[in-house]
Amino acid sequence: MMDYQFNIADLCFAVPELFLLGAISVILLLDLFVSERFQNLTYYLTLATLAVTGYFAVGLIGESRVIFDGTFVLDSVASTFKVFIVGFSVVAMIYSRYYLRVHNLLKGEYFVLVLLSVLGMMVMASAHSLLTVYLGLEIMSLSLYTMIAIARDRAVAVEAALKYFVLGAIASGLLLYGMSMIYGVTGNLNIAEIASFAMISSLTSEQILILNFGLVFLVIGVAFKFGAVPFHMWIPDVYHGAPTSVTMFLSTVPKIAATAMLVRLLIDGLGEFQAYWADLFMVLAILSIAVGAVVALMQTNIKRMLAYSTISHVGFVLLGFVTGAVEGYGAAAFYVLAYVLMSLAAFGCIIALNKKGFEADKISDFKGLSKGSPWFALIMLVVMLSMAGVPPFIGFYSKLFILQQVVSAGYIYLAIAAVIFAVISAYYYLQIIKAMYFDDLQKDLKVSASMDIRLVLSINGILIFVVGLMPSYWMELAISLF
Amino acid sequence: MLAIGNNRSGVSRWISLALAIVVFLMSLTLWAGFDASIAAMQFVENTPWISYFNINYHIGVDGISMPLIILTTFSTVIVIIAGWEVIKNRVAEYMAAFLIMEGVIIGVFSSLDAILFYVFWEASLIPMLLIVGIWGGQNRVYAAIKFFLYTFLGSVFMLVSLIYMYNQGGSFSLAALNTLPLSLTEQSWIFWAFFLAFAVKVPMFPVHTWLPDAHVQAPTGGSVILAAIMLKMGGYGFFRLSLPITPDASSEFATIVIALSLIAIVYIGFVALVQKDMKKLIAYSSISHMGFVTLGLFALFSIVEMNSDGQIVGALEGAYLGLEGAMIQMISHGFISAAMFLVVGVLYDRLHSREISTYGGVINSMPKFTGFAVLFSLANAGLPGTSGFVGEFMVILGSLQANFWFAFLAAMTLIIGAAYTLWMVKRVFWGPVTNSDISSLSDINARELFILATLAFAVLLLGIYPQPLVEVMHLSIVNLLEQALTTKLPVPL
Repeated sequence: MMDYQFNIADLCFAVPELFLLGAISVILLLDLFVSERFQNLTYYLTLATLAVTGYFAVGLIGESRVIFDGTFVLDSVASTFKVFIVGFSVVAMIYSRYYLRVHNLLKGEYFVLVLLSVLGMMVMASAHSLLTVYLGLEIMSLSLYTMIAIARDRAVAVEAALKYFVLGAIASGLLLYGMSMIYGVTGNLNIAEIASFAMISSLTSEQILILNFGLVFLVIGVAFKFGAVPFHMWIPDVYHGAPTSVTMFLSTVPKIAATAMLVRLLIDGLGEFQAYWADLFMVLAILSIAVGAVVALMQTNIKRMLAYSTISHVGFVLLGFVTGAVEGYGAAAFYVLAYVLMSLAAFGCIIALNKKGFEADKISDFKGLSKGSPWFALIMLVVMLSMAGVPPFIGFYSKLFILQQVVSAGYIYLAIAAVIFAVISAYYYLQIIKAMYFDDLQKDLKVSASMDIRLVLSINGILIFVVGLMPSYWMELAISLF
Repeated sequence: MLAIGNNRSGVSRWISLALAIVVFLMSLTLWAGFDASIAAMQFVENTPWISYFNINYHIGVDGISMPLIILTTFSTVIVIIAGWEVIKNRVAEYMAAFLIMEGVIIGVFSSLDAILFYVFWEASLIPMLLIVGIWGGQNRVYAAIKFFLYTFLGSVFMLVSLIYMYNQGGSFSLAALNTLPLSLTEQSWIFWAFFLAFAVKVPMFPVHTWLPDAHVQAPTGGSVILAAIMLKMGGYGFFRLSLPITPDASSEFATIVIALSLIAIVYIGFVALVQKDMKKLIAYSSISHMGFVTLGLFALFSIVEMNSDGQIVGALEGAYLGLEGAMIQMISHGFISAAMFLVVGVLYDRLHSREISTYGGVINSMPKFTGFAVLFSLANAGLPGTSGFVGEFMVILGSLQANFWFAFLAAMTLIIGAAYTLWMVKRVFWGPVTNSDISSLSDINARELFILATLAFAVLLLGIYPQPLVEVMHLSIVNLLEQALTTKLPVPL
């Protein structure tokens, strides 16, 4: 590490992150001095910051290089993921503001924390050293813990934050432990160097053993961030306890970052050990799909239900990585992005129903929505059917893509098990449709949200349908990432 | 349609009727422009859709799908008129659901790409789910969810097998799948996966239990579409996918399918006999009649076979009779079951009861209506001169060449069918007037008269002069038979 190279021209390849960091500092300071009357200022500055960051990130698409002495990489995965992270965060912000305002949680810190966690995710997407991975992960996670606790007078929220923090810290510890083993064998933190050292043919059996140990811990760390069974225990409680806008953020964008972490550590770093980690993921994936489908059947709280549904979706994502083929990874990336789009819309619908003192977090709270606001009921219907994997919505194509890859990798039994659980999970998505359309037709439930959220939610819903009709471009994009 | 909203229900009724009629006329041009002298697909459109998977938006019709498309567009018009005054709640959404359904089902019947087929196939569940769930009867939620999950479970296995074949052959096009070589083991798995999907839809014994629930709870229009068209999707699936893609497995397992069909025909016929609810009775009679379709389809393997020289041996005429009988049975059942459900609907609208025991002596207050009801009931029982007779008779004749007992058991239905239908007619329409409600019934109005008369015309036309229909489908059937008999297994040396 003596010959540390620093090239000032490299900075321009990290412009999105640097700009975001600068803007965060400015907004944080500014927020101290703005009075209550201008509290919207922070919000609009945040949106503007994200827009500019997104603009810079789009400008860097197509660049490919490793900078900062091999700790930071810019490739197609990094630049594309960054654009999606920023883009989806904008949508999440727009949904969040309404919720925060209704429940008197609107504070400048909230937006700063969102921006910080976005920064962490972008660092994760570009990480090219074990250290950078960890750095990005912790920036993201610490902001998320705090965001949950922002509703500090709600006992469930504080409990959720604490639970997430304690379990998250243990997972980080395990991840670090695994990293230390890998460092011990390879003598390097740089992911490219690790990859070139960890060629199975040139290693002794002891080295392979220790690397395998490290690998298991890395997989645990990744699985925790995804929330794959059996590392899913935090998900239902945290989703349930956190304010809905935080739940929405938590269940969407960080999954893209977790995918990036998986790609960096396991595909870029230990790609040679694919056969070892694929076996682990196979178990995690099928358990997640099963538990997510079966346990969700019993839920009456929609946030808890969506928590288990997330677990089930994560299982499908991991199935894509089991295949060990470039197309399989592409399928997984496509699935993650499709899932985030659907999940945003689902939480958007919940938030749009919120009123003062009304959280709309029970399934029965949706009763009569089709009567009062048929358009938003239709969007929720589309989202639910899409999550269940019914064509012609995007959720079907993401499942088709994954299943096609799984079958082509020869795991036809995995595919059959996955579709059986997909049918089981259809039942609880139907429960929402039942509440909206079939129950209590006399009651009128109207969406009370403001215009901006209505507009974005409509676009979000239409995208689920339109991308479902023309998924070709996005599928090819996803494959071209790897 | 949704944009019109529920407040102006009159407008939405007229717009949907106009749309349905235009689509119906357009589908008639398919018939007019159809060239019955070639077996290939006609009116083909083919544009790339998902290029990565080599999935194309590939549609076209042949002699098998074209009549079914016309049946679909015809039934939609009928259903929209039938729901004219009856549906007062959320009219626009009701009409929109049926129009979406029409589009999707036409998609099913014209897809020539397996994924496109699957997408339409599954998408047809969504409007039906809503129709049963929103406008259905007391127990609608249970029925709607049961219907959805049952059929969803049936078809996901079809998806897996389609993906499997894509990985083998690199294409989802039906034409490519038809020629894809598959070993007998592969074919067997794929056959059963398809069988599950289609048998649930047909529905065949023992996976029929969703149908009575869905039918009883669905609004009249929903029952009509369900019986007239959705069940045909299952039969069509056997025609379009099972027989050509897995010919050897179909031949291998034909006996099982025939056995199940015969159980459906006879046993479900007896079940129908004891029903107290008119809709349930007709639902069971549907299952029994659809048994003829699968019987006619799979009987061909007992009638003819291809010997090692590629020569077809056996009575080809019998196989044609079976297949064409199955097709005619599908079309005719589309008309008859639609009519029967409308008949029940007419009574239900007046007295809000489907129990047979509520009624009695309806003829006294509704003479015109009873005339139609008796005609359709006779058609349902298979009276010669109605369309119900033609299909069943052809299938029975065809299966007679396969095995005497097949034909014997199938012919039993003429007795059982007559028993349950006519017994219902006797209890509902004849006899003394049981209560004062019956005597105050008003006879059918012009709208009801129009739809019943149209259906009666169709039933009689098809019963007296089925020749044009047979001609249209004949070459496609010949083509299908050839595919079904061409083995995909490597020729033993």
